[in-house]
Amino acid sequence: MSVADRSTFKRRLDSLGVTVTEGSESACAELIDEAAGDPAVGVALADEGAGSADPALRLPDRVETDPTTAELRAAHTGVTDAELGVAAYGSVAIEADAAGTEPVSLFVDRHVVVLREADIVPDMPDAFDWLGPKARDESVDVVFATGPSATADMGGLVHGAHGPKEVHVVLLREDDADGAASGDIADGAAAGDDADGAASGDDAESEVGSDE
Amino acid sequence: MSSDASKGDRIRELLATEGDAVAENTRGFNRGRIESTERLDDYEALKDDAREIKEDAIARLPELIERVRESVEANGGTVYVADDAADANRYVTELTAEERDADRLVKSKSMTSEEIEVNEALEAEGVEVVETDLGEWVLQIADEAPSHIVAPAIHKSREGISELFAERFDLDDPPETAEELTMFARERLGELIEDADVGMTGANFIAADSGTMLLVTSEGNARKTVTATDTHVAVAGVEKIVPTVEEFAPFVELIGRSGTGQDVTSYISTLTPPVESPVPDFQDDADPLADGSGDDRDFHLVLIDNGRMAMREDEQLKETLYCIRCSACSNACGNFQSVGGHAFGGETYSGGIATGWEAGIEGLDVAAEFNDLCTGCSRCVPACPVGIDIPWINTVVRDRVNRGEVESRQTDWLFEELAPDEEPAGLDLSTRIVGNYETLAKLGSLTAPAANRLADAGPVRAIAERVAGIDRRRDLPEFASESLVDWFESRGGARISADAAEREAVLYPDTATNYVDVDRGKAAVRALEALDVHVTVPDLPGSGRPPLSQGMIATAESAAEDVYAGLATHVDAGRDVVVIEPSDLAMFRSEYERFLPEASHERLAAASYDVMEYCFGLLENGGDPAALRAPAEGTGPVAAGKRVAYHPHCQGRTIGVGEHATAVMETLGYDVRVSDTECCGMAGSFGYKHDYYELSMDVGEPIREQFGDTDRTVVAAGTSCTEQIDALLGDAPMHPVELVAPRE
Repeated sequence: MSVADRSTFKRRLDSLGVTVTEGSESACAELIDEAAGDPAVGVALADEGAGSADPALRLPDRVETDPTTAELRAAHTGVTDAELGVAAYGSVAIEADAAGTEPVSLFVDRHVVVLREADIVPDMPDAFDWLGPKARDESVDVVFATGPSATADMGGLVHGAHGPKEVHVVLLREDDADGAASGDIADGAAAGDDADGAASGDDAESEVGSDE
Repeated sequence: MSSDASKGDRIRELLATEGDAVAENTRGFNRGRIESTERLDDYEALKDDAREIKEDAIARLPELIERVRESVEANGGTVYVADDAADANRYVTELTAEERDADRLVKSKSMTSEEIEVNEALEAEGVEVVETDLGEWVLQIADEAPSHIVAPAIHKSREGISELFAERFDLDDPPETAEELTMFARERLGELIEDADVGMTGANFIAADSGTMLLVTSEGNARKTVTATDTHVAVAGVEKIVPTVEEFAPFVELIGRSGTGQDVTSYISTLTPPVESPVPDFQDDADPLADGSGDDRDFHLVLIDNGRMAMREDEQLKETLYCIRCSACSNACGNFQSVGGHAFGGETYSGGIATGWEAGIEGLDVAAEFNDLCTGCSRCVPACPVGIDIPWINTVVRDRVNRGEVESRQTDWLFEELAPDEEPAGLDLSTRIVGNYETLAKLGSLTAPAANRLADAGPVRAIAERVAGIDRRRDLPEFASESLVDWFESRGGARISADAAEREAVLYPDTATNYVDVDRGKAAVRALEALDVHVTVPDLPGSGRPPLSQGMIATAESAAEDVYAGLATHVDAGRDVVVIEPSDLAMFRSEYERFLPEASHERLAAASYDVMEYCFGLLENGGDPAALRAPAEGTGPVAAGKRVAYHPHCQGRTIGVGEHATAVMETLGYDVRVSDTECCGMAGSFGYKHDYYELSMDVGEPIREQFGDTDRTVVAAGTSCTEQIDALLGDAPMHPVELVAPRE
């Protein structure tokens, strides 16, 4: 990840109406707490490579990490991690897993995505170079999500057709990368419960997609 | 086709009922495509990559199908290759109704599933089918067919949807705004998805190496359809396979931009099913979500042949299989913008490429019903992300339709005598009249002005409309009594000797310039001579454009050979070939590639220029702009002459010669405003046809909106554009060369 990629990524997210907050890994829980509405469900953030929960990347206690289906249905916010960010498009790669990352990111009004800065790649070909071996060797299921769910089928652009109405990206840099202290929260307006405007508005994305 | 009342009436009805909504949406998509693709640094390279991947995949298709089967089975899924729709439906209904005993199947949007009509098959077995794409759901409730392959309900207004919901769901206070309507649908569909038994999706692409399928969506309904049900059935044409996951990348970058003008859609799902997610149990919802139920998921990939493997063996239709169903050719098309897919479409597919799909899947008879609506304007060609020559596919299908119409008509004896074409007897009369336009023009010019008077007489027009389908509201071309070739000879030939000239050029006497609009030919001679060019105007045959537009390929091919024979010695002598009519230049540069040996085509294409492109080149290479006519200095009405409204020709835009006229006029000091409309709607003979008169005028309507009140001098490059703009604005424009050429 280069500095240019990070700034392209943030600019693209901004144009998609996605709020971004940034901070060090140790500020993770605090950033999520500010971004998540209530009630919130989530999937424990995995330690990359180990495949197990990473104790350093904590979710706030109020986020239910082993929800029932009823809790999922009632949730306002779903918190999951993302495997990859694609700078040129402002996309985040969400990998489906047995813990329920896909439904937690989908059956909610707001999706809070936790992404490590180091996982940002410049462009789509990089993303598919990353996906290829994982698809062949691990049969992964990944959705590249770019902004909120959208439709124009009802006579105008509306967010939240089936999936989340809002997306909030929590961008984490490694603690030892710049020696940042706990609680270091950088720019970007944190979205509160009532920050409805964050993910709507007449941006450039005017129409529906090409389902097949 | 000669006049077919039901077809013409249907088009007029759609223009009145759905035309405005379709036009607003498709023109918005088309603008979006242009803006979004302009943001790419490497757009052309991406298109080349995409094309190459498709060519490779279709060439290796049998091997890749087996590879997909191995990959999917290794992942724990099942692959079924269905020969046709009935075979696919039998498999899906047995699985759904019998094995799963399903009450409800939820679907995300899939054109292939519409092609096989799987909904009807499932419902016949008692399975409720729910379309979860909001647009498709609206159509399912309204019992209507999609009007667009990507945005299926664009023909419906917000008010119409509100009324539909009120009636269908018996609502006193129905949702009205787009937001309210969307949330109403989200809620209703959310409940229907929660207790569905089977989820069905299509697939935009499938990677053979991993069994990964890619879905391009925005709403999230495909994600929910897959996640909420334990049985996933994906239905996809065999042509969706690409060799590797890495080869998805260019398509992901191109498909949204090409279709609706989105850089990328909200969700690009890459699934290697069965997926790992737990299946949420919405009935017994007190249990943890993560209950290991992902292990029980079942996945079936139904690959559909249904004519595709035969298309693969058909050298002309094969290109259709490269289509990624992005809808760019629909949105870029003037006729489609006016009437949408309910007129410009077959059983399932719509827009320019639909002719290939419907001919291959359903048969020529279905393709023949709407194939006329491709006028060959070619604006879809640069829009297609995989570089399919869509007008050519339409021409080929038209040719096959022509040749299939073998029953003899009463008037055949007349044309067998008169028309020197290469087509079979029994060819439709109006097709033949247009296709042999050169012969008619020659005759008309010989007998003008008697022919002009006769052609304009009321009873003759009535007969022409009834027998040949030529609308009597159109002015017919008025033939000149002295052709351009004769005029040039009688003036004593070239005024600039070859020795004194900067360059030597052959001015190609295209049929329209030679027999009808001789003035623009004379102006071209004056302009070129003013720039020190030695000009000759030899007697040469027509380019073959009119017969090609009617699908008379053999006749066009024969014309190409004759034209090349007539021009070869000139080209060998180092003379440039200058063409006034853009549709004829487009023949030389593009279509002749299919008719001439490669070396001949390359020589002619490289030596040929649009007349304004040629003037531009001469000025760039030291030609003196003062030799041409600058706008008059002055104020008031005089100043208006400085201001120009210019409509470039559709095919001229496609071959990249639309902008030279602008550059030349601006160099001379004119203030030029260029038409935003990509095709005027006349498109050669199309607008003359009785069935299509209103449609043609509607396609040209944006020109009236842009230039209707202008005091600018209107100029246009194409002959048929000239006729159309005359009809739209009440005044015939001149060719740009007539504006800039020195006076006689």
